[in-house]
Amino acid sequence: MNDQTITPQNYLNHQTGLWSWLTSTDHKRIGLLYLYSFLVFFSTAAILGLLMKIEKIAPGQTIMTAQTYNALFTIHGIIMIFVIVIPGMAVVFGNFFLPIMIGAKDVAFPKLNLFSWYIYITGAFLGLYSQFAYGHSPDAGWTFYVPYSSSAESNMTIALTAAVVLGFSSILTGMNFIVTIHRMRAPGMTYFRMPLFVWSLYATAWIQLLATPIIGITLIMVIAERTFHIGFFDPALGGDPLLYQHLFWTYSHPAVYVMILPAMGVVTEIFPTFSQKPVFGYTAIAFSSLAIALVGYFVWGHHMFTSGMSYESRLAFSLLTFIVAIPSAIKVFNWLSTMYGGSIDLKTPLLYAVSFIFLFTIGGFTGLLQGALAANVQVHHTDFIVAHFHYIIFGGMGFGFFAGIHYWFPKIYGRMYNETWANIAWGFAFVGFNLLYFPMFIMGMQGMPRRYYDFDPKFATGHLISSIGAFILIAGLILIFSNLIYHSRRGAIASANPWHGVTLEWQIPSPPPHENFDEIPVITRGPYVFDNPYTK
Amino acid sequence: MSTNVHSEYIDRDTGKMGMWLFLFTELYLFGGLFIVYAVMRSKYSADFHLAALELNTMIGTINTVVLLVSSMTVAMSLTAIQRNQAGLAMGLVFVTLLLAGIFIVNKYFEWGHEISLQLYPGTEVMKTLPHGGIIFYSLYYMMTGLHVLHVIIGGVILTIVLFKLKSGTINREHFLLHENGALYWHLVDLIWIFLFPLLYLIS
Amino acid sequence: MENHDNHIASYSLNWTVLLGLLILTTLSVLAVEIHLGAFTVALALLIASVKVTIVMTYFMHLKYEGIMLRLMAGGVFLLFAAVIVVTFSDYYFR
Repeated sequence: MNDQTITPQNYLNHQTGLWSWLTSTDHKRIGLLYLYSFLVFFSTAAILGLLMKIEKIAPGQTIMTAQTYNALFTIHGIIMIFVIVIPGMAVVFGNFFLPIMIGAKDVAFPKLNLFSWYIYITGAFLGLYSQFAYGHSPDAGWTFYVPYSSSAESNMTIALTAAVVLGFSSILTGMNFIVTIHRMRAPGMTYFRMPLFVWSLYATAWIQLLATPIIGITLIMVIAERTFHIGFFDPALGGDPLLYQHLFWTYSHPAVYVMILPAMGVVTEIFPTFSQKPVFGYTAIAFSSLAIALVGYFVWGHHMFTSGMSYESRLAFSLLTFIVAIPSAIKVFNWLSTMYGGSIDLKTPLLYAVSFIFLFTIGGFTGLLQGALAANVQVHHTDFIVAHFHYIIFGGMGFGFFAGIHYWFPKIYGRMYNETWANIAWGFAFVGFNLLYFPMFIMGMQGMPRRYYDFDPKFATGHLISSIGAFILIAGLILIFSNLIYHSRRGAIASANPWHGVTLEWQIPSPPPHENFDEIPVITRGPYVFDNPYTK
Repeated sequence: MSTNVHSEYIDRDTGKMGMWLFLFTELYLFGGLFIVYAVMRSKYSADFHLAALELNTMIGTINTVVLLVSSMTVAMSLTAIQRNQAGLAMGLVFVTLLLAGIFIVNKYFEWGHEISLQLYPGTEVMKTLPHGGIIFYSLYYMMTGLHVLHVIIGGVILTIVLFKLKSGTINREHFLLHENGALYWHLVDLIWIFLFPLLYLIS
Repeated sequence: MENHDNHIASYSLNWTVLLGLLILTTLSVLAVEIHLGAFTVALALLIASVKVTIVMTYFMHLKYEGIMLRLMAGGVFLLFAAVIVVTFSDYYFR
């Protein structure tokens, strides 16, 4: 409607000025603080990635030394993993929408929520600082394997501390969300009437809570090794380097489920809305989220198949790795079944959600390949692994993030982005992404190691295609961000429910009022009831 | 089920659940060290046994008793405030703090003795020990060090509780901070209950 | 949701629990004298586990809390035990 105006009183204009944002305990504003932080840090890490691809556009040295390349992939990994994808969708969309979706006015501990953001910013800046402070930039990879990380001359301790600090932020967010889900649901909102995005946040929060402390103490052990010569991981003092890997991956594998579960949750919201049909298999999806979190705790050894573990444990980890794929497969079947027979509206969010399935499936299948012991020997520490995790994390969580931001954009800002612009941007991103990463599967299978600054000329074509893909992807990202940023201020006014969604966030005005609800709703039915012929 | 987040006090069950969740993270923080201990002990059982002989089991046992009693006194202080006996509650919290102080002082003497014997990571004496001995002492300092840090943190929290009892901010209707502070203190006790046999009683 | 825990622990209950804990502590110190080899570790850990359960049940009031908190506490310990077991699938068989 042409004469529609933004809701007079909403969370955006409730109080204005930078200071009101920096001191706000409103979960919606905190979600946006994280979103804008992501924009800055993601762009930084993406540019670092682009620099790496420029270096590898041709054999031999192009624009940097080998040492610089090592530092670049280290900080690219640290920022992307600890600053972007682990906090990920939980801190942006979880913060913004979890309370609304369960009919609450805020999370359980709003001040702690703001504190979590400040800890996050501290950790992120410490990580960046470690690059530029006196001394060498850390170059041990984001995995900080000993003995290099415990002995190398560099600002390793600062980088390690940054990771510990970021972990603390993650723990507090997880704790806040678990209590919120248990204690703050509106009357009538039983656990099995919660939207599935909320279930995914719940499973994620438990992993954040129980896995993160282990990496916290492990990185502290490495700092102690550097400072006090503690020796848990140093064979000269009786330690075992493999023990570091065990402890590191005991966190870092569950961490990848922290990355993907909320993304799965978001697309689980998008499919019913754009099919105007209830989710297929609500209970299966809810329990599969919990199953992924639980079983995902016991597969960490698949990162260490070639490191020297016992044969028996390799067997056990391989079997568990195959088992953990099952709940994910269940979700894929349920998403497709949700769309089947529905009234499909292929808007940008659905476009991203469908490409999420495609990219995530490629990532997932290649994960199974890596989980097979014999095949793992061939592909471990090659570009195959790099391609796999970028398909899962970037193709999965990243595209899931873009799906979510387009889906919820009209609710967050009360304005709509430009659909054509968004779809063109998607095209660039999708094509660029596949050009960038798919050749790595092939090169990796042919023997191209990962984290290598240079390569044999036989890999020249693959690397060239990959680097061209990087430029196309970056162009796509610029198009995505500029579309959203521009239309957040200048977009056409959006109605409260442009997609005809049925979960609680679509029943309140856009942008939401400061306290979400004038009156806490009383819930009388499940979350995916569509008043149309498709509802049984 | 929903609560008004803008009230001055957090709902008791909500705040308590948050604290329990935080305690779980602390358990897992120490858990990483316990994993290292388990692996290293299975690898070096004889050397661990020998190295543990140097530790003072008497002080360890006294510290265990001290912490157990302090757990009781802080639990009792909660009973007191719930029965509107603020003065008794303050006294019991104070006793808890005294016991915490005794623990820290004992630790100081214990570590002081071992440090005077050059038995700490990085020294020449340490290098003469077998690998298992070096690892044992590294674990000993790291585990008891991290633990005493938590004793200090717990002491700070309980001191704040003491002052709030005095001012009446904590009272029979609103004692969440007191309850959570007590829970934190019990965690400190729990960890020591595991540390004690693992470090001191392996002779 | 009303408070689950309206129970106020009596002072005598607290004393009784302490007594039990002190007895168990004495037991574990004495048990060290008995040379059972690998089982000495198991016995020490068993006694410690009983003490921890007592502290959590009574001092930390878990006995009087809702089922959710008890499930969480139990699950947390079980998970940790499972992680140790899986870690040893490597070390035990090397």
